[in-house]
Amino acid sequence: MTWTDEEIRDDGFDDWLDAVATGEGYYLECPDGHASLPPRLVCPDCGATDLSEALLADAGEVVTYTIVHVGTGAFDDQTPYVVAIAEFDGVRITGLVRGVDPDDVETGAPVEVTVGENPATGDRVVVHRAR
Amino acid sequence: MSRVRVAGVGLTEFGRTPERTGRELFAEASARALDDAGVDREAVSALHYGNFMGALGERQGHQAPLMAEAAGLQCPATRYELACASAGAAVRGAVQSVRGGEADVVVAGGMERMTNRTIEETTEALAIAADELFEVRAGVTFPGAYALMARSYFERFGGGPEDLAHVAVKNHANAVPNEYAQYREAIAVEDALDAPTIADPLGLYDSCPVTDGASAVVLVSESYAEANDVDAAVAVVGSGQGGDRLALQDRTSPARTPATDDAAAEAFADAGRSREDVCAVEVHDCFTIAEVCALEGLGFYDPGEGVGAARRGETTADGDLPVNLSGGLKAKGHPVGATGGSQVAEMTRLLRGDHPNSDAVDGTVGLTHNAGGTVASAVVHLLEAVE
Repeated sequence: MTWTDEEIRDDGFDDWLDAVATGEGYYLECPDGHASLPPRLVCPDCGATDLSEALLADAGEVVTYTIVHVGTGAFDDQTPYVVAIAEFDGVRITGLVRGVDPDDVETGAPVEVTVGENPATGDRVVVHRAR
Repeated sequence: MSRVRVAGVGLTEFGRTPERTGRELFAEASARALDDAGVDREAVSALHYGNFMGALGERQGHQAPLMAEAAGLQCPATRYELACASAGAAVRGAVQSVRGGEADVVVAGGMERMTNRTIEETTEALAIAADELFEVRAGVTFPGAYALMARSYFERFGGGPEDLAHVAVKNHANAVPNEYAQYREAIAVEDALDAPTIADPLGLYDSCPVTDGASAVVLVSESYAEANDVDAAVAVVGSGQGGDRLALQDRTSPARTPATDDAAAEAFADAGRSREDVCAVEVHDCFTIAEVCALEGLGFYDPGEGVGAARRGETTADGDLPVNLSGGLKAKGHPVGATGGSQVAEMTRLLRGDHPNSDAVDGTVGLTHNAGGTVASAVVHLLEAVE
């Protein structure tokens, strides 16, 4: 069986991608200042339900990364590609690293978070673009 | 509270058997466990069964009653899904049911059939243990996730690929005499370092193989063993479980696995034993770096000290604390949903003295550590030879 690839949005997550794509990316903040990413109803750190949106920092830096040589279905023909966790002023986001040669990526490298496309599927994907 | 004994253990020979169905694999492991236990099938009151990707791998949901049927058990059955810690969780559920007095004889274990799919399909199936929205869609593979952890570890604490190569060499050496192991060939450090990169900084020999297999253990209450003259020389004296945020990005440090710390603390407190009592350890080495993080999380090494343990000879078969005498996931194999039960089965054999590597065990207490995903779940058990 092949699953139908109907475009059903994921509430919260796709809204967040929309915002990141237009340079207005945000995170969720609870009254105690814990940061998290949507979709969420409850702060995972303290259980607070009063979450508000706060703007993501423009600039982040690579916390850790890997150069993937064996991909999964949607990424098979894109190897080698770089995946990094980058930190934006206390908020960490996982994304593909583009705009730099894989061998030149290093921890601490400055990036900005954007939304790109997975050429194999046309799906949107979080991209950390080298600054 | 009833005390829990391991009456019998059973494993299939781990390896590539793509044509063998999951039900046949589990039937074999459970038959071997019941035979080893010398307990009647009719006495079994529940099956606690672990499986991770069977809904993708065999398109089979609702597996637990199917596996009870395959094993010839006339009892209720429940499947536990906790990614690679599925069978560890199943054993823990079984232990709790005996301790609580609700059961006297139970079977726990698990099964995974993996090589009937292409490597790409299996890689994709394994990836669903990660966060679909924030990790999988961003291209994170299972090896990629552990590579993110490994780089973070190296940069924070030091160590490198050569240290990890020694972990692989050690576990392959341990697997050589193990009749159930998938890879029974010794390797050299150079073999590991020269292997192709999968997800930098991890290479092919840092990774466990894809494996078909099943595990089963028969657990009985101490009172049942005594009343029915069941030879059950190993007790489960401690059990613990820890949890963490699913995605690596949400952890305080990708180089640490606090779910393991929590599971170990609970298990040691539960057993009333200390780390000094432990003479052998089976840890969840799905990747070489995972063994390092496990040894530190379990408290055998301070953060940053575990990476050199194999290189220094401290965790080899003749070291002070032998780790993964079975060969580990790395060389014995990793049929994901069966692994936690396999670790308990192997530790039981090691402590009883009927494992090919039992001579390396100098003491009575062993520890098993089973982890799910990038250790968002961890299950620890302490076993002790009592007779």
